[in-house]
Amino acid sequence: MLSLERRAVDSRLMTYASPFLALLLTLVTAAVIFAFLGRDPVAGLRNFFIAPLMSAQGWAELCLKASPLLLIAAGLTVCFRARIWNIGAEGHFLVGALGASAVALSFGDQEGFWILPLVLLAGIVSGALWAMIAAVLKTHFHSNEILTTIMLNYIALNLLLFMVNGPLKDPQGFGFPQSVMFGDSALLPILISGTRLNISILFAVAAAVVVGVLFARTFIGFQLKVLGQDPRAAAFAGYPARGLIWFALIFAGGLAGLAGAAEVSGPIGQLIPQVSPGYGYTAIIVVFLGRMRAIGIVLASLLLALTFLGGETMQISMNLPKAMTGLFQGLLLFYLLACDAFIHYRLRWRPRQPVPAVASSTSASTAQASTGQVSTGQVSTLVREEA
Amino acid sequence: MDMTLIENVLAAAVVAGTPLLLVALGELICERSGVLNLGQEGMMLMGAVAGFIVAYVSGHLWLGVLAGMATGVVMSMLFALLAVTLAANQYAVGLALTIFGTGLSAFVGAGYVGQTLDGFGKLRIPLLSDLPIIGPALFHQDALVYLSLLLFAGVYGFLRHTRGGVVLRAVGESPESANANGLPVMLVRYLAVGFGGAMTGLAGSYLSLAYTPMWSEGMTAGRGWIALALVVFATWRPERVLLGAYLFGTASILHLVLQGMGWNSPTELLAMLPYVATIVMLVLLSRNPMRTRMHTPLSLGQPYRPSR
Repeated sequence: MLSLERRAVDSRLMTYASPFLALLLTLVTAAVIFAFLGRDPVAGLRNFFIAPLMSAQGWAELCLKASPLLLIAAGLTVCFRARIWNIGAEGHFLVGALGASAVALSFGDQEGFWILPLVLLAGIVSGALWAMIAAVLKTHFHSNEILTTIMLNYIALNLLLFMVNGPLKDPQGFGFPQSVMFGDSALLPILISGTRLNISILFAVAAAVVVGVLFARTFIGFQLKVLGQDPRAAAFAGYPARGLIWFALIFAGGLAGLAGAAEVSGPIGQLIPQVSPGYGYTAIIVVFLGRMRAIGIVLASLLLALTFLGGETMQISMNLPKAMTGLFQGLLLFYLLACDAFIHYRLRWRPRQPVPAVASSTSASTAQASTGQVSTGQVSTLVREEA
Repeated sequence: MDMTLIENVLAAAVVAGTPLLLVALGELICERSGVLNLGQEGMMLMGAVAGFIVAYVSGHLWLGVLAGMATGVVMSMLFALLAVTLAANQYAVGLALTIFGTGLSAFVGAGYVGQTLDGFGKLRIPLLSDLPIIGPALFHQDALVYLSLLLFAGVYGFLRHTRGGVVLRAVGESPESANANGLPVMLVRYLAVGFGGAMTGLAGSYLSLAYTPMWSEGMTAGRGWIALALVVFATWRPERVLLGAYLFGTASILHLVLQGMGWNSPTELLAMLPYVATIVMLVLLSRNPMRTRMHTPLSLGQPYRPSR
């Protein structure tokens, strides 16, 4: 029968092949979905994944969408490497956008080179402060960070809705929940004229570089990695777990807050309830797909930015729901996790044989060792696992 | 507060608590087997959309409920394939399930936004429903509320009084020794995950067929996550799940009550209440990590890898 067998050594090939395999499977599934909906699969795939990139304008839009994803993903990478399951990026992002908007609106139409830095700083600080709530809950109250950050996302959304319907609402907005447009001094400079691409992409790339350097060159990066792989080892080594958790969450909150600030002071130019099409959640996929590495998350954020553009194109050109974006994103993550299993396992055809009574790798090995029945193959497996 | 207001609040709290109760009971069984499924929110949305579409197209509410449950089971089997068989990281797979379910439900339901149907109506149980205060809350409700109470009794009895309950707990505490004793660890985990899926799908269809008989994108509004917190709050005990679900039901309708009493706070701020309450509750409960650890199924969240 076909069975899964634990590999002696994790497959390096699969570690890097898995994202591409997952993408391929997603494309195949996408084609099947198009066919199922009675559309030409080839045209569907072309419209979704290629048409948005057929113009310089398209590439600029791609980078525009990729920059918040990359900013957020860079922060989440630091958390996930340390196994801090921060799902709160969406909230950090929204609160960052809110803080930045409050500052931008307080300046009205005033002019000055210092306004924009203040707006961005407000975004960073707001996002970081929001993340600190989760940090204090985790380090001092031992609350599960997944649940607290998710709840904080919903609270952040309601806070945003309250502000945009209340204190920050444009009185001349015909009742629409939106703020007045920001003054010119609060807007990010455009990078390539004729497009909407602004300098936030530079922040994003810088953030990815910082994360790359952090893990490759610094002690704090090393400590974070150890904390993620073996918290007990980190404790024995005397690493300050609390401090590291605070660092990771503030780092992630600050970057997601900056992404929120860049969104309101960039392409949107005002505060609206739909600031985020789910960047905070999509960035989670970016981090996994990018293998938690700097170059990986750069590429993955471009790919997932494309799914946003593709969804919009499909809505216009083929009259399909924009929700295709979310569907493809979810599929991609699912396939990725499935393919990742084959980093540790391989499929093997083997004749059916009786299963020994004891089963876990550790207890089986001790039990067999005590009765002297360990084969050389098993020993070498064990040695390699322990190395 | 006069009597009718109290009665109305209690009745509304039970209705608001019912989806939480269903999800949390399912997750309770799932977690007792040692599997942490964070995909509740996604499964619930899929249950809601499937339930609504099937009921809308077929005209039969119960067919919708069945479809919602079946969808939950299918989704949970996807989870089990990755998290149980392939021993993938349960956190990551659960999140994937939620992201996938959110996307897929929005896609599938896009054509049904704004449609309505006649949802489950209230059934009055004679005599009992005339009891003061608790009568309307417990005995003048829709059929699914009664079903949720039956399911609660079933789960409670199963864990307390059956051999199956013992097996489930053994697998959740130590899959290695359960396996050594000849218990089918993988099968038990699959069944537990599947039960969780069915309950979550049922909860989803409760939202779209009884609570507000319609479909809108993201209509679960974090209830799946609140239910997950509820299981922690209940320290994995069904009777405390029941209590917690209704407490949370009360928190989530509090804004209606306050408005009814003439308080004019902004709705958005009041809408934060259930989420704030969840955090407060998590803090109160996990302040003492020993206490949580004492009740947590020992193998929770750790994949079981048979040797070979």
